[in-house]
Amino acid sequence: MRIGLFATCLGDTLYPDAVKSTAVLLARLGHEVVFPPGQTCCGQMHVNTGYQREPVPLVRNYAEQFGDASIEAVVMPSGSCAGSVRHQHEIIAERYGDAALRSGVATVKAKTYELSELLVDVLDVTDVGAYFPHRVTYHPTCHSLRMLRVGDKPLKLLRAVDAIDLVELPEADACCGFGGTFALKNADTSSAMLKDKLAHVTGTGADVCTAGDSSCLMHIGGGLSRIKAGTRTLHLAQILASTRTAPHVLTEAAR
Amino acid sequence: MSSTFLGMPAAPPRSPYGSGNLRGDEKFPKAAHHELRNDQLRRNLRKATHTIRGKRLNVTAELPDWEALRDAGSAIKTDTMNRLPELLEQLERKVTEAGGTVHWARDADEANAIVTRLVAATGSEEVIKVKSMATQEIGLNEHLESQGVRAYETDLAELIVQLADDKPSHILVPAIHRNRDEIREIFLKEIPGVDPELNAVPAELAAAARAYLREKFMTTKVAISGANFGIAETGTLSVVESEGNGRMCLTLPETLITVMGIEKVLPRYEDLEVFFQLLPRSSTGERMNPYTSLWTGVTPGDGPQEFHLVLLDNGRTAALADSVGREALNCIRCSACLNVCPVYERAGGHAYGSTYPGPIGAVLTPQLAGMHAAKDDPNSSLPYASSLCGACFDACPVKIDIPSLLVELRHQNTEQSGRTVEQAAMKAAAAVMARPGLYTTAQKAAGLGRVVAGRDKKITRLPAPFDGWSESRDLAAPPKQTFRDWFASDEGRATLGAAAREGAESRAESATPATDDSEEQR
Repeated sequence: MRIGLFATCLGDTLYPDAVKSTAVLLARLGHEVVFPPGQTCCGQMHVNTGYQREPVPLVRNYAEQFGDASIEAVVMPSGSCAGSVRHQHEIIAERYGDAALRSGVATVKAKTYELSELLVDVLDVTDVGAYFPHRVTYHPTCHSLRMLRVGDKPLKLLRAVDAIDLVELPEADACCGFGGTFALKNADTSSAMLKDKLAHVTGTGADVCTAGDSSCLMHIGGGLSRIKAGTRTLHLAQILASTRTAPHVLTEAAR
Repeated sequence: MSSTFLGMPAAPPRSPYGSGNLRGDEKFPKAAHHELRNDQLRRNLRKATHTIRGKRLNVTAELPDWEALRDAGSAIKTDTMNRLPELLEQLERKVTEAGGTVHWARDADEANAIVTRLVAATGSEEVIKVKSMATQEIGLNEHLESQGVRAYETDLAELIVQLADDKPSHILVPAIHRNRDEIREIFLKEIPGVDPELNAVPAELAAAARAYLREKFMTTKVAISGANFGIAETGTLSVVESEGNGRMCLTLPETLITVMGIEKVLPRYEDLEVFFQLLPRSSTGERMNPYTSLWTGVTPGDGPQEFHLVLLDNGRTAALADSVGREALNCIRCSACLNVCPVYERAGGHAYGSTYPGPIGAVLTPQLAGMHAAKDDPNSSLPYASSLCGACFDACPVKIDIPSLLVELRHQNTEQSGRTVEQAAMKAAAAVMARPGLYTTAQKAAGLGRVVAGRDKKITRLPAPFDGWSESRDLAAPPKQTFRDWFASDEGRATLGAAAREGAESRAESATPATDDSEEQR
């Protein structure tokens, strides 16, 4: 399959390893990975902070970059960016766009997927041939869980990983407190939410806390680093890209 | 052309600034900051919300048609809002036919004046009250007090709040922020003649309140209630409750005055079938609430012989005029969204500054009272009091898409705010991100963040407006290379090529034995 890769602005700039792993994983599964270099950002930060006129060019750019019919599917290692494309771009196009934008948005929306959706629903694979001999706990991010309804797809993928010790995260479906600019505008409440999430994560004794969103992992990882916990954060893609021949080597714990 | 331009119809008014309880004194982040320091409050909230959460999940999961019920509730409410004027006129007609009197109150001030006038006409200087969000919203008790009328709350939790001169912090459990020891203290101090040996045991506390209230029920001639539902088809009003205090208030006094928000009307009597299932299961986590009262006008010789229905707008028509925001009017005040909200659980109800706290309050309050009624209106901070986690949407019995409403209200806020520093920053960010050339330059600039990182590649302090982040979180130093640079590099190409070859080889390997197996089986 010819798959368009949307790196997301956060992944491209701050967390490239998660995007590299996504590309490596898809290449290993025999797919052609296309990276349109004109891509930038989905505009989610703008929309969720209340700005809908400003991201119109971003919505248009996304539709243009991935509109080409030769791109059969678009994937991104982020549930919230996929959620923005699927649930918010239409609202923006409807309100502040033109007919061309509305039709462009509808076209790309239909072929946009978060990573676990693409693997399980479109490529019909749960065992991606990964090897990861560590204790892992999975945090289902809010937008993948309740906006995209990915359900247990990420867990299906993780359960099929060779040598993994997957442990359940208590109160897993509770928000970590990130929420984009919420973490800045309501820093105290956000920190209180994070504190509880960190207690649950460290309580599992996991080496790694994983999720499908680099943004939530930036938040949880930033908290784990601050309390010098022994748990690291890794994107789901990084675990799935790790193999016996090219295993992911864990970095020193923050401790 | 000789015609007079009459202009666009005036926008429906919001709840008047300064009256009622739809606006706090400070913005949410600041109010939450104070509340978060109250460890007792945090513990109470966590225990209470988690208990109700579990009960609700049990009684909603056991119904095979729960999702269909939610769809039905949503459909009935949407239909109601689409033809609210005709349904309200029908309700007025039916209540009048049944011997009641209907009053229309444009806002809190009018409603308070109407109720005061009606009470004065009875000659009574005391009223007993059924727990009611609408009268809380308009600040009726305070207004009556100023007019020389004493209002007694008869719901146990409302009584606790009233005796402590406090404010409710939860729609369903107004005293959720108090524990039994605090309640004992309040009763000892405020209930005349209470046994000084009173223990902080729920049964003893309830008995003390019961003795105090029983006397009020038997002697007070006027009652004031809210309404959960008003049926247009028959003119029937309904209150659902747990303690039976409502039943006392609705049946014993001579005069009953009901204040009902206009969005509480339902078209048909049979619609109650849906809502009597949705409401108790979503709110208290019970299959059925203990007391359901229904009354239609006046029944000679039975119950109150004078019945008044005050229909309250107070910003509801303004909300209805908003094609997106009107969905919030579908709310049946079950409080399920409060109990699942991670923000409410930490900050508590008082931080919202409104009768309506939690996720639904964050969308309802700004719509009823506006977000820009004064400079630095605290209500403008309410739509941001959410991480948009979506738990509220899943819990809502009438499927109100609260996260989308919050995003919509944030947009309305930025549109009404004029030029701000944030807007300029957002504009600049969008301008950069819309041009890949500028974007890659900005990425390189972001990479310079490496220089402020420590030797452990961590950034531990950030400048405003990012300083809230670094209060409790580190930030990893930006990487040397962006993804796009890696993808275009020899290393990137080589890595992807190697992965493709490895995958092809392992597929070939696993394909071969599979073929052998199948041949052997043959």
